[in-house]
Amino acid sequence: MGQEQKVKFYQKGTYTVGNRLLNVKERSVQASMDRSNSLTCGHRACQGCGEALGARYAIDAAMRASRNQVIAVNATGCLEVFTTPYPETSWQMPWLHSLFGNAAAVATGVAAAMRVKGRTEVRTIAQGGDGGTTDIGFGCLSGMFERNDDVLYICYDNEGYMNTGVQRSSATPPTARTATTPVVGPEPGNVFGTGKNMPMLAMAHKIPYVATANVAALHDLEAKVTKAMHIKGARYIHIFVPCPLGWGSKPEETIHVARLAIKCGIFPLFEAEYGKVTSTVPIREQIPVDDYLKIQKRFSHLFKKGREEREKIAAIQAMADENIEYFNLLNKEGGS
Amino acid sequence: MSKPFAITLDTGSSLVNLTGSWRSKRPVFADHMPPCNIACPAGENIQQWLYHAEEGNYHLAWQEIMKHNPLPAIMGRACYHTCEGECNRAKLDETVGIHAVERFLGDLAIDNNWRVKITVPRSGKKVMVIGSGPGGLSAAYHLTLLGHAVTLFEAAPKAGGLMRYGIPRYRLPRKVLNAEVDRIERMGVEFKLNTPVRDIVGVMEDEGFDVVFAAIGAQLPRQIDIPTDDSVHMYDAIHMLRSIELEEEFPDIGDKVVIYGGGNVAVDAARSAVRLGAKEVSIVYRRSRDKMPAHSFEIKEAVEEGVELNCLRVVRKVENGNIQVEQMVLTDTNKPFPTGQMENIKADTLILALGQLVDADCCLSSVPGVGVLQGNVQVDKAMCTGNEKIFAGGDLVPCERTITVAVGHGKKAAHYIDAYLRETEYQPKPKSPTATYEKLNTWYFSDAPKTVQPILNLIRRQSGFEEVLGNLDEDNALFEARRCLSCGNCFECDNCYGACPDNAIDKLGSGKRFKVNYDYCKGCGLCATECPCGAIDIVNETI
Repeated sequence: MGQEQKVKFYQKGTYTVGNRLLNVKERSVQASMDRSNSLTCGHRACQGCGEALGARYAIDAAMRASRNQVIAVNATGCLEVFTTPYPETSWQMPWLHSLFGNAAAVATGVAAAMRVKGRTEVRTIAQGGDGGTTDIGFGCLSGMFERNDDVLYICYDNEGYMNTGVQRSSATPPTARTATTPVVGPEPGNVFGTGKNMPMLAMAHKIPYVATANVAALHDLEAKVTKAMHIKGARYIHIFVPCPLGWGSKPEETIHVARLAIKCGIFPLFEAEYGKVTSTVPIREQIPVDDYLKIQKRFSHLFKKGREEREKIAAIQAMADENIEYFNLLNKEGGS
Repeated sequence: MSKPFAITLDTGSSLVNLTGSWRSKRPVFADHMPPCNIACPAGENIQQWLYHAEEGNYHLAWQEIMKHNPLPAIMGRACYHTCEGECNRAKLDETVGIHAVERFLGDLAIDNNWRVKITVPRSGKKVMVIGSGPGGLSAAYHLTLLGHAVTLFEAAPKAGGLMRYGIPRYRLPRKVLNAEVDRIERMGVEFKLNTPVRDIVGVMEDEGFDVVFAAIGAQLPRQIDIPTDDSVHMYDAIHMLRSIELEEEFPDIGDKVVIYGGGNVAVDAARSAVRLGAKEVSIVYRRSRDKMPAHSFEIKEAVEEGVELNCLRVVRKVENGNIQVEQMVLTDTNKPFPTGQMENIKADTLILALGQLVDADCCLSSVPGVGVLQGNVQVDKAMCTGNEKIFAGGDLVPCERTITVAVGHGKKAAHYIDAYLRETEYQPKPKSPTATYEKLNTWYFSDAPKTVQPILNLIRRQSGFEEVLGNLDEDNALFEARRCLSCGNCFECDNCYGACPDNAIDKLGSGKRFKVNYDYCKGCGLCATECPCGAIDIVNETI
């Protein structure tokens, strides 16, 4: 999917953030000088933080789509901690901090309050990291889905509890090293056969809209947020945001890492409506998972000289291949 | 201040937290030198004019070319585009068709009668330019732009030098040549045609010239001694091309023509022989095909037109209507070595294309101070001969002999002459580092194969001097311009502005590019990694 660009720009790539040759309306929100910068400077995220980037991409697009009528509820997590050390805030919009586990429920309440007040133009967003979504907040979130409350829930997935010191979550991939899944024993790092696929769980609730997005595919991300903002009912967007600290990747390579996750198929980009997949983003240049894993220290134990863990790498490749097959990611039209 | 319900604490903004203090490295916007610009002997800023062209701003694009090269319509056809040989896009799919876009712009300028404005007041100085080839025309143009009065002396009846008397019409139509020469004349350059200069110093004194730029080229054909019984006509290629241009009576070359030599002039002569009606045309060259100095696309087009290649052959003698050639082999050092094996090639005419020499008796040889070494006039880096009032360029001086090099010489000499006349010093701009392919983030460029110029059908190519390569239309030219990767130079794609997690890159608006807000930039380097064209450097902070 993704905003179809009518004119192809071979130089600017059809893939850059902006393009001086396009008319203003066709450019991305992030390219505009008057983007809302909902998450502004001075926040305390690490250098090259994927979550800070993803949050600004998503909320700026939501602000544009709703003419700035957005209230956000934030679960505890990196995003909350680095944006709002009292008395400072980086949010240039109404923003509430709930508990770690109840962001979805608080957002349901905000949406109800707005409905009661007749403020139908105000849209409610709940957001959190993977810990606040797949683990601690899962019950409240499932309830919000089940009741089809009018909330867009955005999960910024960095595959672990990063601000407390990189502990494993149910979104941590197999073999990844975290503080609680150290590289020791017969199965070093996180074990295979655990974890949750949150977008698929959301789909199982048959809510109006579920999508995955990635900081390396901005046009696609903005299009999905914009689409979600124009749908009533429960919506879920799962955004892949690399964490240089927790993953052991270089700060300048955050978008590169995220892009490799798309290219190898380990993070499929798709949309689903009422439980059915409606679109997928094909892979433009397929790569083996090795390329993605190798540049992250959390997987470095798989690539020790002379002792490469080929079987484990093959098992991760199989996960990517399964995505590619299930979502038909190698059909040649378009791509991101 | 009363607070809203349930609010007890004031909030402030994170803008008070200047995260720039975390930084150990900083991003810096830079303009790096694209490889095409480095490769252009005329010093064109190719990336910059393609930048204008891709916006459809053709006039501005043309003006940018004209800062360096007064002959875009000619160059777009006859230049061997070394720029494309270095183009980074070749590593992605195919090189950008720079010459085709240049030609499109050049032709557009001719059709629309675009002119160049002279903005500098007249200096009152008089410059004499000898030779109206690419070097002389370029010098005359640039000197005029710099405010000097230029008189151009040309021995031939028409201006253009080897572009007219050496490059056949099928590569460079005379309408185009005339239009670009005419544009320079209209800028106020005085042309003295049919006026060979014998005594430079005398003319300078008589007519009050302050300085001379000589670009008389290398016009004497290199001769070798081939024993002959005169059963096969022998001509020099350069005389043949000249006669065709002058439409002079040229002796019948017959059906079977052999050209001896492997350079561009040899190929031009061979293709011209095809057009004059020869049935069998072959090129004899002493080394292998891949060692031929002629450009590969010219050789390819010649072969398409029926020219045969007889490589690794040396002409030994001419006897009984046969040319006797000896087979050669290449040694390890790529030198041809005789094998003793002889062959005969039946021929009516043998055309020698073994290179050209500077006329040792030319007007410069007797001028005090001018040094001539191994047949070339010696110049310093300012294109000045040993005589401070006499500058020289083009084929006359040691260099790779192409029209583009000559145009570059003309420009360079003009700047140094200007400095000499104004008693200042010319400081060429320091060159920034090269924007190599590795500096690019090519993920952002989608695939786009090169646009092919329409090509004349073979029968018409073999039967006349009509131009072989056609022009791009506007759609194609725009497409081709937009294939430029803008190596090393910002093209305002907004990637840095979008990719900064700290919102620390300010967008300044269309045409004004971006600015790093160092108050908040944490130095993560994402902007530099995601810059498609490698126009952001990361440098260490100093404490």
